[in-house]
Amino acid sequence: MFYREAGDFKTSYVDDSQTFPIRFDRMRYYAVLVLGFGILPFVMNDYWANAVFVPFLIYAIAAIGLNILTGYCGQVSLGTGGFMAVGAYACYKLMTAFPWMPMPVNVLLAGLVTAGVGVLFGLPSLRIKGFYLAVATLAAQFFLVWLFNKVPWFYNYSASGQITAPERTLLGVAVTGASTPAWAKYLFCAVFLFALAWLARNLTRGTVGRKWMAIRDMDIAAEIIGVNPLTTKLSAFAVSSFYIGIAGALFFAVYLGAAEVGEAFGIQKSFLILFMVIIGGLGSIFGSFAGAAFLVLLPVLLKNLLVGGLGWPTDLAAHIELMIVGALIIVFLILEPHGLAQLWRVAKEKLRLWPFPH
Amino acid sequence: MNAMNPEGYVTADGRKIGGVLMEMKNITLRFGGVKAITDISFDIREGEIRAIIGPNGAGKSSMLNVISGFYVPQEGEVWFHGKKRAPMKPYQVAQQGIARTFQNIALFEGMSVLDNIMTGRLTLMKSGLMDQAMWWGRAQREETEHREKVEKIIDFLEIQHIRKTPVGRLPYGLKKRVELARALAAEPKLLLLDEPMAGMNVEEKEDMCRFILDVNDEFGTTITLIEHDMGVVMDLSDRVVVMDYGKKIGDGPPDEVRSNPDVINAYLGVSHD
Ligand SMILES: Nc1ncnc2c1ncn2[C@@H]1O[C@H](COP(=O)(O)OP(=O)(O)OP(=O)(O)O)[C@@H](O)[C@H]1O
Ligand SMILES: [Mg+2]
Repeated sequence: MFYREAGDFKTSYVDDSQTFPIRFDRMRYYAVLVLGFGILPFVMNDYWANAVFVPFLIYAIAAIGLNILTGYCGQVSLGTGGFMAVGAYACYKLMTAFPWMPMPVNVLLAGLVTAGVGVLFGLPSLRIKGFYLAVATLAAQFFLVWLFNKVPWFYNYSASGQITAPERTLLGVAVTGASTPAWAKYLFCAVFLFALAWLARNLTRGTVGRKWMAIRDMDIAAEIIGVNPLTTKLSAFAVSSFYIGIAGALFFAVYLGAAEVGEAFGIQKSFLILFMVIIGGLGSIFGSFAGAAFLVLLPVLLKNLLVGGLGWPTDLAAHIELMIVGALIIVFLILEPHGLAQLWRVAKEKLRLWPFPH
Repeated sequence: MNAMNPEGYVTADGRKIGGVLMEMKNITLRFGGVKAITDISFDIREGEIRAIIGPNGAGKSSMLNVISGFYVPQEGEVWFHGKKRAPMKPYQVAQQGIARTFQNIALFEGMSVLDNIMTGRLTLMKSGLMDQAMWWGRAQREETEHREKVEKIIDFLEIQHIRKTPVGRLPYGLKKRVELARALAAEPKLLLLDEPMAGMNVEEKEDMCRFILDVNDEFGTTITLIEHDMGVVMDLSDRVVVMDYGKKIGDGPPDEVRSNPDVINAYLGVSHD
């Protein structure tokens, strides 16, 4: 079967604006769904869940969130780690204050709290742009980490200063706490990612997405066609922070189980997510997946290859990882600002014409 | 022709021009010490094609920027639909039914032609964040409705073949046309065009003239345009404002303006010597 749109005519504008206009892409999308929800949960074990799948799912949510703000709306943020921390601490406070509350509700509310905080820190974006905004969000990052460290109320006055997720069950199965089965962690995060990716796709394909992109591409022209820069930028901050807050809540409650803010949500997190977005592709939902997968898999691969295969010391492998990521960032920023997603599009473009390129 | 009749007038080619749609009263605009506009008054009538001409730096673009809310004049009043307009932001002006194009094209380079034109309809689309997030239902219905309208504009301006092309890849002339399409998509009451034909070849200019006349004719859109090409101005416009060094030195039908000695001195004399 050829990768073609020929013979697959669109007879309505609805068909023409669907997510996967080419039948082959649609089939592959369904195949991924079947694999993700029908097969993987049954074969999931602790190693794969903890080393690859759960972090991938959570980072993908965060990357979509940052991509909405930076890739779609053009507002650079270095505060992702701090906003994840807001989600994590909000989730912790909700879990401990209302033990009866179902876990999905905790996570969603944590997202909403983060959305509110995001809007607050987004207010300066109305006045400052680019580099200066990045610095302002960096300040937010440090302020938030400092706040969660400094005010014992946030960690319920625990002696260690850490927050620890108590066990919560959903339909009789633990989804947080030490006895959570690997498949439950995986499935819990996968459902969130699926739903959030679908919502993000909807938001970015229509009016809201066009407003964001208009602000990104040329804010003066956006204003002249009737886009209110205030509400548009703040909506991007709100939606983006909602996603990042959910990612933070899941990262703490489902993945780590216990967290110390500086370690789990420090500036490195902000950069990691930003790199995922850059490598994956600014302004692309698929790119967020690709970037998250790439940066989660790379260290695992290198570790297995260099440490496990060649017997190199662990720290050397870690340095090599940093160098590779650094080089890739530079390459992508210079050569392909639209990241892996663009490479994928170009490959598809070629494939569509193959084997007769003219 | 009786251009001073408050009820409007009928043009030589039989088009009915209505009452005053927009009136600029004693506008003065300064940038620090530079006076870009000095005490200028003129009106724009419903259904009219109104030209603003003048040498480089005369203050023409500044005048459009005052109308569209980018610049706030130090003195003077803007009246629209018979009411004095409070100072407002450009996006509020857009929501009142005023659309424009720029002297230097201002398109969204990262978006396709279709998406660019769809942005023109943002003021008309009402579904909120929640509708958009759920997509099925209201948002999708609205998207389809507006897509149909946009396709009509795409047909009208003959740009079907580049519908899905990213705007960044288009040649200059087509970009100008897409920018016009985006402005038209808003179904504006008043359309402001800042040098819509600058930098175009003869053929592209002819196309653009035809589009402007058709827009005015078919949709009854009032148009105010800045243009340097005198031939074009004489052909297109019903009335012309002439500016020089921020002052108004002439105002009236093209023939009348052309024979005004001040205008010949300041403008025509300079560019046609
Ligand atoms: N934002 C600004 N800040 C300072 N001065 C400005 C600004 N915009 C315009 N001017 C000045 O106002 C005067 C009028 O400029 P404007 O752009 O309105 O002229 P124009 O008639 O459109 O000329 P052109 O035919 O070259 O487009 C010029 O002297 C210009 O330098
Ligand atoms: Mg100008």
